[in-house]
Amino acid sequence: MRIELQDVEYRYQMNTPFESLAIHDVNIEINPGSYVAIIGHTGSGKSTLLQHLNALIKPTKGRVIIGERTIESGRKEKQLRPIRQKVGIVFQFPEHQLFEETVEKDICFGPVNFGIPKEEAKIRARKALKQVGLAEEILEKSPFDLSGGQMRRVAIAGMLAMQPEVLVLDEPTAGLDPRGRKEIMDMFYQLHKEQGMTTVLVTHSMEDAARYADEIVIMHQGTVYQKGTPFEIFSQPEQLMELGLDVPDTVRVQLKLQKELGVRFDHPCLSIEDLALEVKRVMERGSR
Amino acid sequence: MLDKMIFGRYVPLDSLVHRMDPRSKLLLVFFFVCIVFLANNLITYGILAVFTLALIALSKIPARFLFNGLKPILFLILFTLLLHILFTKEGDVIYDFGFIEIYEGGLRQGLYISFRFTLLILVTSLLTLTTSPISITDGLEQLLGPLKKWKMPVHELALMMSISLRFIPTLMEETEKIMKAQTARGVDFTSGPIKERVKSIVPLLVPLFVSSFKRAEELAIAMEARGYRGGEGRTKYRQLSWHAVDTLLLCTLAVLTILLLLFRSY
Repeated sequence: MRIELQDVEYRYQMNTPFESLAIHDVNIEINPGSYVAIIGHTGSGKSTLLQHLNALIKPTKGRVIIGERTIESGRKEKQLRPIRQKVGIVFQFPEHQLFEETVEKDICFGPVNFGIPKEEAKIRARKALKQVGLAEEILEKSPFDLSGGQMRRVAIAGMLAMQPEVLVLDEPTAGLDPRGRKEIMDMFYQLHKEQGMTTVLVTHSMEDAARYADEIVIMHQGTVYQKGTPFEIFSQPEQLMELGLDVPDTVRVQLKLQKELGVRFDHPCLSIEDLALEVKRVMERGSR
Repeated sequence: MLDKMIFGRYVPLDSLVHRMDPRSKLLLVFFFVCIVFLANNLITYGILAVFTLALIALSKIPARFLFNGLKPILFLILFTLLLHILFTKEGDVIYDFGFIEIYEGGLRQGLYISFRFTLLILVTSLLTLTTSPISITDGLEQLLGPLKKWKMPVHELALMMSISLRFIPTLMEETEKIMKAQTARGVDFTSGPIKERVKSIVPLLVPLFVSSFKRAEELAIAMEARGYRGGEGRTKYRQLSWHAVDTLLLCTLAVLTILLLLFRSY
């Protein structure tokens, strides 16, 4: 399913003294099967932007096209449920939304709301639990007896069990330890690769964006500052640094080598393996 | 919807009402709440309305914002009105539906009481809108200070109040966040049959309770870590100062009371 935002503006608390402009003039497209990373500082409008992706909020100007549906300002929308089934959002700290008595019930909650029969939902729950790397034994436990990391995985499983076509992730690994981080990010990537899941990742981590995404959108002060493939984005690392954003460690090493040794690289390296090869190539060229 | 809730919120502006001493504002609201009950005819309600509108104008709070804030409690006001119309049997019958009779006295009573209700809410909202929670608590603590002699835990009460006021917006935010998360999981909070909507409260309330308890515990630990030991011998960074305006305003209130007593029908 394709999602497109056209000239989207959103103001919080319109017509009150607290009114504030969160995003403006946002134009982006999310094509089926792509992996888009949205990057920006806190307060750059990332979270507001992603709530538009399944019509949780309506733009105050402009329009959002989600598959066949168009969400516009000033129009009452009914029957948003189908949209929400197709576009699943995993919010920041999703473990805060757990509430059922058992893990199984909680994972089934979403699917059952969307009219999936109970039995089918239970099968999905088992599958989702396996995907997030948890054992079936915890299905009967209370979600509140789990550790923080396990709760996070259960909450994510709840979203996966809905089997959305587009998965939107708002900093899904915030507050996890490095290993858990990698496991979860790899799991999402596998889902994207194997099932062609359209994925939108909101993140602070340039490493993650560089490693997984086909397209990066940089948000700055409520609007799109730059968008492109990771290669395009990271070939001008200075621009990112001017905004106070990080670049991946590999690109930083390249920059340093360029500055101190005067070596020239043809393209930005987005993985350690790639960097090693590049360095080797440059050294061989230099020694010849 | 939650955006519109104004109760317990502070709008930082610079106005006469904002600059007033919280103590005088608290006294004002307290006495206003008492004298509202003196009004019992058009003139007296008119006087109260003028006074309230003047206060709103002085506070520089946009009137539209304030009245929008009344919307969530409109239901309560209308309900009071309806109850009075239906069940107060006073004066002449003005309309007879056969199974139900509407009395002139009932209609009047209903209108007056809902108006009284509106005034009370406006004035009390004005207090929280123009006074930061911290000032309110400081003011309250000082006003109740004399009660310490009778072992009243004034400081603790004030602290409790300031904590609750402080966390109203936080709780609102949290509610909205969880509502959004559950909406994404297919809960419909705004439409559908009543039974479904009541059921949809559970996925909202459970996470809210859990996080509130967690937050309370964290707050307690943070306070202890910073050496909080109650109000004994605690000094204040913010000093309250009583100005001429404050005295003036309380005098206006006295005049208002006299006017109400004069024009009140017996």
